[in-house]
Amino acid sequence: MQLTGNMFAQLGAELGHEISTLPDFPAEIRAPQGTLGGVSGFQVELGSGVYTPGDKADVIVAMNAAALKVCTLGSHFNHPQAHFDEEFSLYHRHAIVIVDTDSLTDKDLEKAQYHTDNPFTELGIPESVQIVPVTLTTLTKEALKESGMDNKSILKCRNMFALGLIYWLFDEPMEKAIHLLEEKFKKKPALIAPNTKVMVDGYNYGQNLALSINQIRLEGQPSEAHGTYTSIAGNKATAWGLIAAAEKAGKHLFLGSYPITPATDILHELAARKDMNVMAIQAEDEIAGVCTAIGAAFAGDLACTTTSGPGLSLKSEAIGLAVMAELPLVIVDVQRGGPSTGLPTKTEQTDLLQALYGRNGECPAVVLAASSSANCFDFAYEACKIALENMTPVILLTDTYLANGTALWRVPKMAELPEIHPQTVPEELKGHFNPALRDERGVRYWAYPGMEGYEHRNIGLERDAERGTISTNPENHEVMVRARQAKIAQIANSIPDLKVIEPKAKSQEPKSHELLLVGWGSTEGHLHAAADELHCDLVQFNYICPLPRNTHEVLSQYKRIIVCELNTGQFAAYLRSQFPDLPIEQYNEIQGQPFAVERIVKYASK
Amino acid sequence: MQASDFKSDQYVRFCPGCGDHAICMALQKAMAQIGIPTHEVAVVSGIGCSSRMPHYLNTYGFNTIHGRGGAIATGVKTSHPELTVWQMSGDGDCLAIGGNHFIHEIRRNVDLNVCMFNNRIYGLTKGQYSPTSPKGFVSKSSPFGTVERPFVPAQLVLGAGGTFFARTLDVDMPTTVDCLVAAQQHKGCSIVECLVNCVIFNNGTHAWIADREQRAEHSIILKHGEKMIFGANNDKGLAVEIDPVTFVPKMIVVPADDPRVLVHDATQPDPTLHRLLGLMGQDRIVSVNAEPDNDLPIALGVIRNVEAETYDQAVNGQIADIREKAKVKTFDELTSTLESWQM
Repeated sequence: MQLTGNMFAQLGAELGHEISTLPDFPAEIRAPQGTLGGVSGFQVELGSGVYTPGDKADVIVAMNAAALKVCTLGSHFNHPQAHFDEEFSLYHRHAIVIVDTDSLTDKDLEKAQYHTDNPFTELGIPESVQIVPVTLTTLTKEALKESGMDNKSILKCRNMFALGLIYWLFDEPMEKAIHLLEEKFKKKPALIAPNTKVMVDGYNYGQNLALSINQIRLEGQPSEAHGTYTSIAGNKATAWGLIAAAEKAGKHLFLGSYPITPATDILHELAARKDMNVMAIQAEDEIAGVCTAIGAAFAGDLACTTTSGPGLSLKSEAIGLAVMAELPLVIVDVQRGGPSTGLPTKTEQTDLLQALYGRNGECPAVVLAASSSANCFDFAYEACKIALENMTPVILLTDTYLANGTALWRVPKMAELPEIHPQTVPEELKGHFNPALRDERGVRYWAYPGMEGYEHRNIGLERDAERGTISTNPENHEVMVRARQAKIAQIANSIPDLKVIEPKAKSQEPKSHELLLVGWGSTEGHLHAAADELHCDLVQFNYICPLPRNTHEVLSQYKRIIVCELNTGQFAAYLRSQFPDLPIEQYNEIQGQPFAVERIVKYASK
Repeated sequence: MQASDFKSDQYVRFCPGCGDHAICMALQKAMAQIGIPTHEVAVVSGIGCSSRMPHYLNTYGFNTIHGRGGAIATGVKTSHPELTVWQMSGDGDCLAIGGNHFIHEIRRNVDLNVCMFNNRIYGLTKGQYSPTSPKGFVSKSSPFGTVERPFVPAQLVLGAGGTFFARTLDVDMPTTVDCLVAAQQHKGCSIVECLVNCVIFNNGTHAWIADREQRAEHSIILKHGEKMIFGANNDKGLAVEIDPVTFVPKMIVVPADDPRVLVHDATQPDPTLHRLLGLMGQDRIVSVNAEPDNDLPIALGVIRNVEAETYDQAVNGQIADIREKAKVKTFDELTSTLESWQM
């Protein structure tokens, strides 16, 4: 299902539509098929002005009885007497629901915990929903009866029949679809012919049988600038941002990492990029992941570690070391549902306070957040730039939604990316260097092993502000604590101002001028859509620590400020602590899923 | 180069009489003898008395956090294999809080020189038992004696697939320098267990061999290619005896002129004999009440020294091989491989 969804989204993107996707799958690798817990889904929104994967689907493809139930009842699928309810259902009451009726046998219904033999009535699906029953399994077998393939292999092609049918429904050209399929199965050429056959049969099925449903035509062209485009998942974009930054900075890229959902794809991508001179090592644990990176940073590299919430907890002490030793280090935290093991495959924004404050001592670090799958590239790049130029750890927050979702990405050229000037050390310090010496910005100089005449001892202990050696002097400690804070604070001088995103159409109602939606990180798409509906302004933060310099100036212009987050109000609390005079209201959801735009609108309209 | 080239300007703050002073001097001597320039040497440590060592060596140094020196040193060496990397650690730093990094740096055979200062006590936190304290050991955190079995470092290192293990004693400067030089010459993860005395919290812990009068009878300095002879009068030798029923081999003491006396082969890939040598005399230290049924000496010197591919070489070698054949080497070339389209 994930492959089918991806192919549909990619074809859409290649045809010039904006896309946003949301893969949603169980934590288990081979969750029992046909059971309610084993439903794997893929949500795609395409067209123009696409900010999110959408709230309620226009079209649903349910490959079995369990999927039908989960799609119809949404989060209420486990409630014994639940019926279709538009508030919870994954589709709206005028949606098209395509169902594989071959997968609605008594056994299938029992597995999916139905109590009657009529799933549609039992689920209370309203008549306004167009149900399209298709004998997908039978038709696939029919299509491949002369292929000589065994039954099991044939059944694996079932998804392609559904894909063909969807292509017909959205009136997508088959030629391009076939070309894309050939690309996808390039490494398994034997599978190209049967899958193509099934896909084309699915397309023709829609056409020939003249299904009593109308085709859907997507409107509009992307509003983005001209250029080369591709669709990219957030984790891959993050990995490539790191690669690009290393090349720009003229630094060797080192990654120390340990497998953890949903961050592992970054490790996979970087481990595969030895051609780009990336050194990606899989360490013995999360702590060794960050510590090997700190070792590489000490030795002069662009050093990174990638993880998710539980791993960030384990790395806390070592991040504190990098703060104290004032070494450049990029920590990518792909947030997932917590606490503890929590919801490993679901999305959440609950690591913000951990990123800001989750270390012992006064321990400031830079915190950034990407706000789309595509700009994971930009902020991974920016994280490296800030780290190398300011000798500090930078924590980049992304999340499951950005990491696994894909978006349209305009592929940049190396020449157009901003310059990176890693901190160095002046020649005149040769022979009397120490690790406490700072430039006019308050950033310490960087000398590393191999450089003759700059031998020094770096430490996690407090150091003397002048000599750089161990110091327990009380006044010196305060001087150093403030020096480390000032170093982070001055980074605000080199980051862009906060921008107000205006709605498509501003309402004439004065009230909407007074309302501001505020978000950070991955919720940008959903909040953008909500702000459009509310005709109100939006600000979305990518720079969390330090905040953009004009933050107070912007926020103070509004009477009602609603900070929307997928947690219980961590950014709202942070903003309140920075700007106690502002009337900060909060709207929160903590369900392991991206926002539902309609719920934000409903709340803000109160 | 002179030992003084490797002395930093820092005042050495080990307690007066601490065994670490001697190892510090031995390190400066060994580094001078090895002759690698100070700026090409990185010394990484964790936390503990021994982890203060980088401050006293005029090289690049990094005194980090408790237990993590091994992982940080792995990062330094793997990313920059041209550097000579030392790790300074203690029995607590290395075998307790840093145990995972310790076994993995050995398993991977990262080309590091690791000095593990074993005083069988936590000194810097003022006297708690460590993973090498004998069972029954009374300390501030074990007022009624510990109930746990200690690690024998030699056994742990060999169990983790170690390619180099040496043991030395703070009061034996020549053997210490020899072991440190051999550790540097060995390509791979070289563990040097430095038996050091904690004059404040565990005074006399190694007295059985540290006392000058007893040392010759209670220890043997192993030298590759030489007969295993020891004793105040060089009248004793070591041999292996295999139990005819259980086939379990054990070390025995025989007269020096016995034809069964073994010749030490540190380069033997099979670790069986190295393990037996490493375990000699260790039953005296596993429990405070131990009364060993043998008079085997404690082995000092280089016990094991075998060649194997190092992690840093392997990682860098793989990248070099792939880059040689790679069609894509820059970001712009990389993005040109994407399935993309123009808009």
